[in-house]
Amino acid sequence: MASNPNTYRNQPDERGHFGDYGGRYVAETLMPLILDLEREYRAAQADPEFQREFDDLLEHYVGRPSPLYFAERLTEALGGAQVWFKRDELNHTGAHKINNCIGQILLARRMGKTRIIAETGAGQHGVATATVCARFGLPCVIYMGAEDVKRQSPNVFRMKLLGAEVVPVTSGGATLKDAMNEGLRDWVANVHDTFYIIGTAAGPHPYPELVRDFQSVIGREARQQMQDRIGRLPDLLVAAIGGGSNALGLFHPFLDDPEVKMLGVEAAGHGLDGDEHAASLLGGVPGVLHGNKTYLLQDEDGQITEGHSISAGLDYPGIGPEHAWLKEMERVEYTAVTDEEALEAFQLLCRTEGIIPALEPSHAIAAVAKIAKDMPKDSVILANLCGRGDKDIFTVAERLGVEM
Amino acid sequence: MSAESRLSNAFSKPHPALVCFVTAGDGDTAANLDALVEGGADVIELGMPFTDPMADGPAIQAANLRSLGAGTTTADVLRIARKFRERHPEVPLVLMGYANPMIRRGPEWFANAAKEAGADGVICVDIPPEEDDALGPALRERSIAPIRLATPTTDAKRLPQVLEGSSGFLYYVAVAGITGMQQAAIESIEANVSRIKQSTDIPVAVGFGVRTPEQAAEIAEVADGVVVGSALVELVGEHGEKAPEKLREYTASLAKAVHSAAKASA
Ligand SMILES: Cc1ncc(COP(=O)(O)O)c(C=O)c1O
Repeated sequence: MASNPNTYRNQPDERGHFGDYGGRYVAETLMPLILDLEREYRAAQADPEFQREFDDLLEHYVGRPSPLYFAERLTEALGGAQVWFKRDELNHTGAHKINNCIGQILLARRMGKTRIIAETGAGQHGVATATVCARFGLPCVIYMGAEDVKRQSPNVFRMKLLGAEVVPVTSGGATLKDAMNEGLRDWVANVHDTFYIIGTAAGPHPYPELVRDFQSVIGREARQQMQDRIGRLPDLLVAAIGGGSNALGLFHPFLDDPEVKMLGVEAAGHGLDGDEHAASLLGGVPGVLHGNKTYLLQDEDGQITEGHSISAGLDYPGIGPEHAWLKEMERVEYTAVTDEEALEAFQLLCRTEGIIPALEPSHAIAAVAKIAKDMPKDSVILANLCGRGDKDIFTVAERLGVEM
Repeated sequence: MSAESRLSNAFSKPHPALVCFVTAGDGDTAANLDALVEGGADVIELGMPFTDPMADGPAIQAANLRSLGAGTTTADVLRIARKFRERHPEVPLVLMGYANPMIRRGPEWFANAAKEAGADGVICVDIPPEEDDALGPALRERSIAPIRLATPTTDAKRLPQVLEGSSGFLYYVAVAGITGMQQAAIESIEANVSRIKQSTDIPVAVGFGVRTPEQAAEIAEVADGVVVGSALVELVGEHGEKAPEKLREYTASLAKAVHSAAKASA
């Protein structure tokens, strides 16, 4: 079914559809709001002042551009392709999530909204949202599954330090999808003053598009940096996928470079053959949730099933709709990595490079470790190191049987 | 009787219509539905349980989870509807729920199954007019009414789009918010309903936040129908096996209030 379009970079269509996927599956109460948001986003895109303010904050507040780093000892250890990292873990707040939050809070300000809400799983998006709210003096409510509040207590405390109110969500399975339901419920009840900062490239149109655009700074920088450093583009891009925002941010600027292959890495949890994974593309089927049509973990009646991953940031039963489309177009390849493999990769990077990665990009690193050795030594892999692992040391200690 | 005539009959009675909602598979649904009819409900809304009821407040969320926890499947929901239709050939029945369970096996499959189960209309919370293709054409082809929602945020510019292709009745959501929470001011309901009625001939029923006979009576003065959900679902949650008796009583008090209101759309 993969036809070959002239460009992979002009999605979505004017109705927010990426092929069959995406769209605006929301309650009528929210429809006028997301139409408003789309109008305002178009205006912002055409406004050089908006772009200037975004770039300025990314440079001086977030610390961009993030470095492009050749991982020499990891490359040696793997014994194949050169492995390079885009170091978004060095951003302020420790992950790529802040790129998107800066963009969305500037939009919120343009729209005159005075209250910010967000959902969070691992807490990284919650921390990034609380951060930009503190920076701009706006009140902030973060919805977080009660289970995740327990799993990610350091991030809960960070959000509180930053002045956010953290609301534990006990409905459903009390994880990320339930936090997103609660965010949507808050939003319909507070449509006039509230802006919902969605944390990944999913949700109703225009969120998947605007989150991708704000995150695309990753790929734009990386493309330029690769040219500057080695005079060519990488052969393969690799990124972990929860909802898909760091992956799209890296991939999107390269989509029309046919020589660049791409690999998205989902969380296989305890393995794709059972129920305990979070691989929506590889183990799910299309359906509608949280405002968009995309691949979902669900049963034969369309009831959503809980994902599982050692990484709370990948533990979501859906995926951004653009990935669903890129999979069907066969432009991006997708694979999955288990908890065990991610844990090994986590330790491998610690010891070879002196970098403690988050468990999310540890999935990408595990995929790199599997394929690098079979690639020629002059080939180049660029992986997105989208978060640092400080938040995960307790989880890892527990899995390694270490008492802290 | 055809789907269209059951719904239009319900709204052509000499009094406004009482529309009652319960969640399928929560308690003894057949007995609960019979109690609603005996109490005087003019239209039945049968909720299809979903794991992620984003537009619902705590009461209906809990009902969804109770139902799914008891193992309710889509086949069970359809069976409940079909049996209801056999027992009550004249009472309109509307299926209400979220897109994913409805379109899981494709819109054609669902529309056929709903038709076969005797449903007269379908309310899908998260399919706005913009995504009508996902289900609307399949329903219309089988003369099942796609019942849309209008809300306080549906402005004059948008209203025609909401009305286009909807039938049966229009469900006016009185508050910008989720089910079962606060009630809107009657003045704002009246103004919005009369605005909507200037643009359409299909009946307008008002719901979200309507709990008591007093509130229902007030709304019945200005609309063609009143929808009550959370208050009934709470009775099911509280009284379990004994819910039918409580539902019958409470529905009777609501029906008395609604049916004695002056007909607004005369
Ligand atoms: C460091 C990190 N990477 C990845 C993700 C997954 O999100 P996405 O797929 O949108 O990049 C998260 C989510 O919390 C995260 O914190």
